[in-house]
Amino acid sequence: MTTLRQLTRPWRPMSYGFLDSSAKRELRRKLLKAIAIPGCQIPYASREVPMARGWGTGGLQVTLTLLKPSSVVKVIDQGADEGVNAVSIRHFLAKVSGARETIDTCEATIIQSRHRVPEEVMRNDQILVLQVPEPEPLRPVEHHISAARQMHADADYARLWLILYEQMVRTGRIMQATEYPSLVNGRYVMSPSPIPRWDVPKLHMAHHLTLLSAGREKRLYAVPPFTRVEPLAFCDVPYRVEDHAHLTCSRSGLNGYFMNEVPQDDGGSLFELSDSGLCQKALRRAAGEDVPIGPTWYRNGVM
Amino acid sequence: MNLIESPPFKRDLDAPKLNCTEPVLTMRSVSHRFGDVRALNNVDVTVYPGEVLGIVGESGSGKSTLLRMMNLEDIPDQGDYRLAIPGATQNLFALDRFARRMLRARHIGIVYQNPHLGLLMRNSSSGNVAERLLISGERRFSALRSRAREAFDASEFPLERMDAPPIELSGGMQQRVQLAKALALEPALLLLDEPTTGLDVSVQAMVLDTLKRLQRDRPITMVLVSHDLGVIRTMADRVIVMRRGRVVEEGLADQIFQDPQHAYTQSLVHAKL
Amino acid sequence: MSQPLLEVENLSKHFDVHHLDQRVFAFSDVSFRLFPGQFLLLRGCNGVGKSTLLRTLYRSYVPKHGHIWFDAVEGRIDLASAADVDITALRRRDIGFVTQFLVARPRVAADELVAEPLRLAGWPQDRALDEARRWLGEFGVKRELWRAYPTTFSGGEQQKVNLARALVLPQRLLLLDEPTASLDAGARHALIRRLGALKAQGVAMIGVFHHPEDVVELIDVQLTLAVKEMADVAE
Repeated sequence: MTTLRQLTRPWRPMSYGFLDSSAKRELRRKLLKAIAIPGCQIPYASREVPMARGWGTGGLQVTLTLLKPSSVVKVIDQGADEGVNAVSIRHFLAKVSGARETIDTCEATIIQSRHRVPEEVMRNDQILVLQVPEPEPLRPVEHHISAARQMHADADYARLWLILYEQMVRTGRIMQATEYPSLVNGRYVMSPSPIPRWDVPKLHMAHHLTLLSAGREKRLYAVPPFTRVEPLAFCDVPYRVEDHAHLTCSRSGLNGYFMNEVPQDDGGSLFELSDSGLCQKALRRAAGEDVPIGPTWYRNGVM
Repeated sequence: MNLIESPPFKRDLDAPKLNCTEPVLTMRSVSHRFGDVRALNNVDVTVYPGEVLGIVGESGSGKSTLLRMMNLEDIPDQGDYRLAIPGATQNLFALDRFARRMLRARHIGIVYQNPHLGLLMRNSSSGNVAERLLISGERRFSALRSRAREAFDASEFPLERMDAPPIELSGGMQQRVQLAKALALEPALLLLDEPTTGLDVSVQAMVLDTLKRLQRDRPITMVLVSHDLGVIRTMADRVIVMRRGRVVEEGLADQIFQDPQHAYTQSLVHAKL
Repeated sequence: MSQPLLEVENLSKHFDVHHLDQRVFAFSDVSFRLFPGQFLLLRGCNGVGKSTLLRTLYRSYVPKHGHIWFDAVEGRIDLASAADVDITALRRRDIGFVTQFLVARPRVAADELVAEPLRLAGWPQDRALDEARRWLGEFGVKRELWRAYPTTFSGGEQQKVNLARALVLPQRLLLLDEPTASLDAGARHALIRRLGALKAQGVAMIGVFHHPEDVVELIDVQLTLAVKEMADVAE
């Protein structure tokens, strides 16, 4: 005779993956909706997680929903795997799900990130989760949220173009550094989170799924695999990424990637790879270890 | 007194015999209420290509409401509105909000009395013109610049100031920025809502001159709302006199001023200094 | 000359002055015909309605009864009941009105003012300006005034500009309301020369003149208006 005890699991202090199952169900539904309408912001009931708003709670909830014991997670903050925030999030994710931690882009199945898309090309079995502080690309031109939603519905993005126009008029070039407004699948303009211009082309027709989630603003949106992501640009003023192609990493010696500037006492600067995972792999390989490095989006600074 | 209700001489205003061109604007039986107030009561308007139609009337007569309807900003309770533009054969009041907005952006230019209504005050002036071109789908920066320059040229705005924000410009110059924005797409219809009210007399004269020159140099159709009869007299070919939401009189501008028929028009014209 | 250019039938005009509750009669039952190239002089004492008749024909005043048949290129049209757009079109093309006073606009130069009717008729700017300057010269406006603003001119000079503007475009019917008033002898002769030339081209004219002897050689027909009473309608 089966007993109730046999049919139920023993009591545990929290659900698998921290979030309760109804929260995860809601998130999954909203994620599916977001994938179905690429670039469209889907509202969701952002839950409390043991982390302050603004530190990546949106990305965390998405990752928690997707995790399973066989997952391999990588977390980057400012391109680095070993920042305090990145380490705490990674440990937390592993602890509540039993997933394995990694800093190797090629090994990870889920990569949660804030400011960067890794330099190594992501595969179709990988998911990129971007933490978004401000999901609304129209915020600088329309403070009224319902009016902004109406503008999205009308595909009324002239005011965003106007921002670019004004930058061209005042300085002769486009000044937008991060959160560069980009048209997804020819329909919705999204803010691709605080990734540099360098990383936006990586989302275009990518093999992997990108999920973007803002915890404080309670909005998530998605770029499904093989979806067009076109940064807004005038026909006669082409989109330009940062001029990092000629810089060389002072630690690994690699060049042609996005770099962090490290100011020196003499007033000069050194540069090092912004992608710390790639940098470490290059260092280990230089030390004679047999480390596989995946293909990169940029080669010699060219996409 | 009701004495002189001699019926006005019967004229079929809608049936020109010589001029075979279709009207640019046709409004029929437009009525609208704000609560208990009949803002517009069965108003008919026809505007022909290349003419300037003046609308006069005191505050609250419904003239600005009518202009907002022409600009498709508001929809009346009932009425029919047609513009002779390609692809728009139906009643424009029946269009959805988005279609109205696109039509307005593409085919109707407007200059408001208050430049804050028509302009982004902190963007550059040329950006204000560019916005309209961007809405219509222009994506070439060089074309935005050159078309903005043409529009500023037409509105007689000094080109070297075209990148200054309107907030740094004088009232007359702000009106010219609005005009340039309105002209940027060569609209089928240019609506002017008290465009010179509140300006110095000399500035007002200069803005009117620009409008007059525009009218002479290109086939532009204008509807001008003003309570200033002098402005209407200078500008308009035909005049509509409105009172309490109704059209009380309609006629050639010189006829309205020299031989007004309706008692209200007579008092209005005679009240002018 | 079989077809009259203008055929006026039983034309009447009165004014209803609402705040006085009064009807002011101007003229009634005026009928006449005018053929191309004919010059009709309107006669009658002051206040008899000569200018009123001109303005009624021009449709600045609303006719009350009767017909004004005009032989337009497109066919006969009754100016008394024609649509406003048609009147506007005819005024730009066929019917001119020459008043005693110039309606000048501030900051519009004399030559531009004169060129305006040509521009409206579709002339290119440079040709229109050339033609305008030719006529300013013809009427004796000094060359240095061509680019100046007529609002600052003396009455006589303004009237010359006015005549140049009114006569620059050959029309088919000219309504002349004392155009010779305040003109010096030179300009008066230029005007009469121009009117004679237009008449020879077939332009019909109806004129009111203080001194009809000025234009005596042009006159073909005369029409004398008689005085009407002012009637109080309330009675």
